[in-house]
Amino acid sequence: MSVETFPDEEPRHGSGGSVHNAKSRLKVFFEARPPTVLLALAWIGLMLIVVAFAPLLAPYDYLAISLSDRLAPPVFLDGGWVHPLGTDELGRDVLSRLLMSIRISIVIAFLSTLIAATLGVSLGFFAAYFRGRAEQVILMMIDAQAAMPFMIIALAVLAFFGNSLVLFTVLMGFYGWERIARIARGLALSANEQGYATAVRDLGASPWRIYGRHILPNIASTLIVSMTLNFPEVILLESGLSFLGLGVQPPLSSLGNMVGYGRDYIQSAPWIMLAPSLVIVLTTLAISIIGDWLRDLFDPTLR
Amino acid sequence: MLAYVLNRMGRALVTIVIIVSLAFVILRLSGDPAITILGPEAPPQAVEAFRKAWGLDQPIWVQYLKYFSAVFQGDLGNSMRDGRSALAVVWERVPLTLAITVPALLINILIGLPAGVLAALLRNTAFDRLIMTVSVIGFTVPSFVMGLTLALVFAVSFRLLPSGGSGTIAHAVLPVVTMGIIGAAVIARFTRSAMLEVLGQPYIRTASAKGAAWSRVIMRHALANAAIPTMTIIGFMVGSLVAGAVVVESVFSWPGVGRLLVTAVANRDLAVVQVILLFIGFTMVTANLAVDLLYGWVDPRLRTKADRAGT
Repeated sequence: MSVETFPDEEPRHGSGGSVHNAKSRLKVFFEARPPTVLLALAWIGLMLIVVAFAPLLAPYDYLAISLSDRLAPPVFLDGGWVHPLGTDELGRDVLSRLLMSIRISIVIAFLSTLIAATLGVSLGFFAAYFRGRAEQVILMMIDAQAAMPFMIIALAVLAFFGNSLVLFTVLMGFYGWERIARIARGLALSANEQGYATAVRDLGASPWRIYGRHILPNIASTLIVSMTLNFPEVILLESGLSFLGLGVQPPLSSLGNMVGYGRDYIQSAPWIMLAPSLVIVLTTLAISIIGDWLRDLFDPTLR
Repeated sequence: MLAYVLNRMGRALVTIVIIVSLAFVILRLSGDPAITILGPEAPPQAVEAFRKAWGLDQPIWVQYLKYFSAVFQGDLGNSMRDGRSALAVVWERVPLTLAITVPALLINILIGLPAGVLAALLRNTAFDRLIMTVSVIGFTVPSFVMGLTLALVFAVSFRLLPSGGSGTIAHAVLPVVTMGIIGAAVIARFTRSAMLEVLGQPYIRTASAKGAAWSRVIMRHALANAAIPTMTIIGFMVGSLVAGAVVVESVFSWPGVGRLLVTAVANRDLAVVQVILLFIGFTMVTANLAVDLLYGWVDPRLRTKADRAGT
């Protein structure tokens, strides 16, 4: 997005080209993106690089066991650069495992958020289009989901159906659908009242076309903001379940898993749990900051 | 008022029926419990005997009705692993969970509410920014990271408190503080935005303009109105106390309901999982009902609306 799309602070002076504009460009840039937002974006950029290139960046195979190097301390605790973040109880390189765990945690959170958004938007539109009884049923489902802590529902499903990576990711995809559905329904209802939807409908467009090609692009910014705010919560949920040993299963590893088994070595090797903990906190913090920033940017009324 | 109360209680009852029915559906959807428990290589006679013993050979609607009446008589089956009544297995853990969740809830409210209200009244001051910065941890630091960090500092480094287990009050300190800090941060943030919302309303300006004392404006007009959304979040937190305890109890090896749930899920002890599920469902419904009734008491608009709709 360009700098000119952030006119909140000052009244619009026309779209660029005024005399003092060149001088204040830099200033406007930093006003539009406070340092915290820039840092958050930088961190997320780093995480995306890790997601894309984790196997290339990792100095060792994340599963490689080296019993002679067990519990080697990281470089900031007088360890060597051979294992910059130290090793765990089986002599596996913590940095390599961290990179793979970041990849798995973020991919799961991303896929889950996509599922939640698809589910939420579909059900929200469905309710807005059919109204009547179908809408009542969907609203009841939304209320029921919102009334029960998701952690408990997830644990129950894992107890009853067992665990696999696919099931786990789909399960995480049910997190937050109800909020997105509620927003999508509300926005679609008000969009239906607006001229463009009526115009397209009177031209004879099918509901698929009206909702998919016209209403969806018009409400997309708000939906993207709510997806961004959903993302860190999914990371927290996934890491919580993996921490309990009920999420991602070994030999795969997620950030929560690493903290989970690092807990057993909290006395002798606290670095095993500290590195992934820090990554979880920084990532959720960064995405929350970006989400808040996007929200203020796109839709100040959501505050 | 009576119509309002009856309306809310009716809805609570319907929700409980739905929760119980859902538990039944999920239990049946998850496949044949006989195979799950005995394993796919179990001899057919053993499977048959198991199905008869658990009533699995009857038509599904008979099973449903039986299930329903059993639930309301408090008969929820036996733990499929150790054979004792699942309800008893869960029940003996409840006091331990309450022992850490109730003090944690008190900390949440006693710190979170005043901090949020003050932050709103002192908006954009250093105090406000401090509260908001600190309260970010409520949303970004997972409870297990918070718990382990506290354990690392107070148990491993300074050796002031035990890092896990139960038995003495010292064992309860770290779990209570972990849940207390995170919940207080959530409540503070929520209270602040509810307060800010109310302080921007025209009736606050009216009350100030007609000359009401500032303290009266805050006490009578602002706090009373901000109480309504704040009660909702506190009600949800009361209802989800057990859920919140799941992770913290596991971090500190505290033998409450939450930890029992984790081991039951890992062992796939469905009867115990089910009891805990229903237990949490009932707490949520009861907490929501209490909040609804409090609404009616705090906000006269709600009960007159319901009375009009009811008559």
